[in-house]
Amino acid sequence: MTSVSDMTSVGGRLDRRARPTAGGPTAPRRRPRLGRQVARWLFVAPAVIFVLVFFGYPIVQNVMMSLENYTTTTFYTGEAPWVGFANYVTVFTNPLFTTTVINTALFTVGSIVCQFVLGLGLALFFKRHFPLGGFLRSLLLLPWLLPLIASAAVWKWILDQGSGALNQFLGLFGVSPVPWLVSPSLALVAVIGVNIWLGIPFNTTILYSGLQAVPEELYEAASLDGAVGWKAFWHITWPSIRSVVGVVVVLGVVYTLKVVDIILGLTGGGPANSTQTLATWAYQNSFVQFLFGQGAAVSNVLIAVSLVFALVYLSMTRKEVDE
Amino acid sequence: MKNSRVFAALAGAASITLALAACGSGSSTASSGGKQTLTIEDYYTSTYDPLYKDCGQQVGVNVNPVHVAGAALIAKVLQQASSRTLPDVLMLDNPDVQQIAATGALAPLKDFGVSAPAGDVPGVVNAGTYNGQVYGLAPVINSIALYYNVDMLKAAGITPPKTWDELKADASKLTDASKGVYGFAMSNINTYEGTWQFLPFFWTNGGDEKNINSPGAQQALQLVVDLQNNGSMSKSSVTWSQQDVNNQFMAGKAAMMINGPWQLPALNGTKGLNFASVPIPTRTADQQIVSPLGGETFNVPQTGDKTKMGLAAKFVNCLNTPATQVKIAGISGNVPAQESAAADWAKSHPQVQSFVETVKTARARTAELGPKWPTAATAIYTAVQNALTGKASPADALQQAQAQNK
Repeated sequence: MTSVSDMTSVGGRLDRRARPTAGGPTAPRRRPRLGRQVARWLFVAPAVIFVLVFFGYPIVQNVMMSLENYTTTTFYTGEAPWVGFANYVTVFTNPLFTTTVINTALFTVGSIVCQFVLGLGLALFFKRHFPLGGFLRSLLLLPWLLPLIASAAVWKWILDQGSGALNQFLGLFGVSPVPWLVSPSLALVAVIGVNIWLGIPFNTTILYSGLQAVPEELYEAASLDGAVGWKAFWHITWPSIRSVVGVVVVLGVVYTLKVVDIILGLTGGGPANSTQTLATWAYQNSFVQFLFGQGAAVSNVLIAVSLVFALVYLSMTRKEVDE
Repeated sequence: MKNSRVFAALAGAASITLALAACGSGSSTASSGGKQTLTIEDYYTSTYDPLYKDCGQQVGVNVNPVHVAGAALIAKVLQQASSRTLPDVLMLDNPDVQQIAATGALAPLKDFGVSAPAGDVPGVVNAGTYNGQVYGLAPVINSIALYYNVDMLKAAGITPPKTWDELKADASKLTDASKGVYGFAMSNINTYEGTWQFLPFFWTNGGDEKNINSPGAQQALQLVVDLQNNGSMSKSSVTWSQQDVNNQFMAGKAAMMINGPWQLPALNGTKGLNFASVPIPTRTADQQIVSPLGGETFNVPQTGDKTKMGLAAKFVNCLNTPATQVKIAGISGNVPAQESAAADWAKSHPQVQSFVETVKTARARTAELGPKWPTAATAIYTAVQNALTGKASPADALQQAQAQNK
């Protein structure tokens, strides 16, 4: 709908500008310039329309929704009474808000740190060329290729307390069954663990391509000066891939903040809300309890946090261009 | 050149408009041979199609059944409500009826002269009623009861428990930690399923969703916590769905479980499993069991086409006649909503006897709070989870729950 009206408004602007010049004596000379301008707009139009329709409209709608008493009734009548910041007050004063913020922070930091360290380790490992290296590296992408819901279901079975594969394995060493998804203090650890497994391919792939871009000559020159092993990594590799590292971390944070499916599949936010994050809580509010206004308020908090990291990312990539 | 480019852009816009218009007119009335066609939307499978056809014939319409995956139904209904493309007959899970009726998307059945069949259990009428008007009728209903492994109870020399004390004692006796067998299993998961399973203890002992924290509710929650803490119930129950509970029972890892009649086909299909069921134990022997009422209602959405809505109401009426109720019970394993039909049904199907008994006094989850039930339901399962994981004592957990129940 919106796309159609935008298209016609572009057309309308064209008509208004074209008309006065049509009969004028200078028309032949001015027309090409005007035409060029119109053409320029037309080239920009698809991008502008795309951003407005698929990003602008939903975000504005979400902000509006968070300021309204948006219920199931709204779907039928279209009426959503304006309530100002009442939804935000309800959300912020809910004791669950603090829990979800802490869980989101732990989940994000835990996932990112481990994903990055393991991903970098694997990328450095695969940088050395060895037989079957390429094959093994492609196997590493596996977590990425599996549908998330399927992965979650399999992990739920692996982590089961009574009959799970992990506890059966640990049992061989005399470890008594660990309540991975049952104990509120362990469930978040287990969920972070699965998310790390899921995020390693992304980190390894991007960091590996960053490592490929470091010129081999640098290492040769450094080795002549005696910089090998750790020293070579610290003085050559790290400074060379720093911008890639920034991108990986910032994108990782944004991707991790919004994780819903893996948590819903594993624990549904439980037990006793111990794995409830802002993202799952927003889902729970909107689609389970039908409190769409409050759900929108929670997700706006999430959008604001993500936006901060997106701006960091933008300024980082801009610096890179400037350099 | 440039003009042609502009023209192409406008032509593109026009074609989008046309495409959108084409989408909008998708649900036009299709009639063959002068007969109207009713679209029926449910989350069942095609096993219901012959029944729909039978009722279609009685009403004089063609039927077009659309089966949606269970979890997606409400989202689809909301989307259809906003785009005014609701089906002619809509099936809803009974706790959702008031929620959808409150939007105005459903028509009161009285408008078409349809009312609940005489003799339906009172819970059914309550579940389908919003603001004093009946919007939906459930042909078959269910609830939950206590299944037990006959062989295990015989080996332990006990009879099925009738009170909470007996339940605790029996569950403890039936537990064999060395074999990984628990005496008792139920679902305490963090979804409405967990609430549904806790309700019989909660309601029977005087618990009330308007004031979750009451002495009766504390006793009920204490019972579940005791069952877990004395080792009779697995700590994993906070992650088990009812399906998981049934799997534990079928695998012989639980001697007793709380579950519904929809598990009967799976249970009957398990070789070597000798099972039976009784109504869920109450705290004292003289208490009357109050279980939640389960089952799906059929409703007539406001489609704007009065003729078709009238036919849809007749169709809903046909589905709810005792004769059809019994047919649906045969397909689903549930209990006919009419008491006398249910009593007859229990004679020929002794396995559902305990459910027939239970549904007589079953209560609709939305009976008190209506569309506000989801908030209370969330608060209740959260309290159960907090108590079972040791995050709070039963009294504190219920107090926190009541604070959230607004």
